[in-house]
Amino acid sequence: MASTNRPLSPHLQVYRLPLTGLISITHRATGVFLTLGTLLLVCWLMSAAAGAESFASVQSFMSSGFGMLILIGWTFALFFHLCHGVRHLLWDAGSSFEKETMDQYAMIEVGIASVLTFFLWALA
Amino acid sequence: MSLQTPLAKAQGLGSAKQGSHHWWAQRVTAVALVPLTIWLAFSIALIPEASYENVLAWFSSTWNATLAISFLIATFYHAALGMQIVYEDYIHKECAKVTMVVGTQLAMALLAIGSVVAVLKLAVGG
Repeated sequence: MASTNRPLSPHLQVYRLPLTGLISITHRATGVFLTLGTLLLVCWLMSAAAGAESFASVQSFMSSGFGMLILIGWTFALFFHLCHGVRHLLWDAGSSFEKETMDQYAMIEVGIASVLTFFLWALA
Repeated sequence: MSLQTPLAKAQGLGSAKQGSHHWWAQRVTAVALVPLTIWLAFSIALIPEASYENVLAWFSSTWNATLAISFLIATFYHAALGMQIVYEDYIHKECAKVTMVVGTQLAMALLAIGSVVAVLKLAVGG
């Protein structure tokens, strides 16, 4: 029988992910997180449609410490996913593949997402 | 056992002719969502005090309701497409994979319809 502990080719856990790889898996993770978070948006809309009382109860959850933590996390994930999504569109168009600018773009994405999140909550 | 070569088996059957539809739908919704997301996030954040009356007043604008519904449809479509890719990459049992993909698509459709009905209700006065 073939031994089950034969050496395998190196996989994800044996080397440090480059920034592009890290950003890429984060894009996917934020996508899943945003999908789950749409439940919150639907709750908010449904409660408003149901009337003032139910809206007030959802609103009080949203403005609690835990609610705010989820909302701020969700908006940052939203803006990050949006920024990296724009980069994907640039890649689809065949541009911005240069090795030198890869990490730079990644930093710009995180930077813009942070700025948008900051302004959103500064205005709210 | 068939004596046909794999090529002979495939020839003449044709493709489903929709191989690139998923890819395009994801990109088109993404392009639509860039301005819609930024607009909606900041518009809702700017509703004064986020009180019930002010939320109702915001949705009573035809443009606001129209763009909010556009955002919701594009979002849930985009989410269903994206989640499908995630399942297809990580779930290898065919039965579980199909169940998750179809289940998510139905859930996304339900959430989309529910939230659109809610916005319409708000748009005509709560």
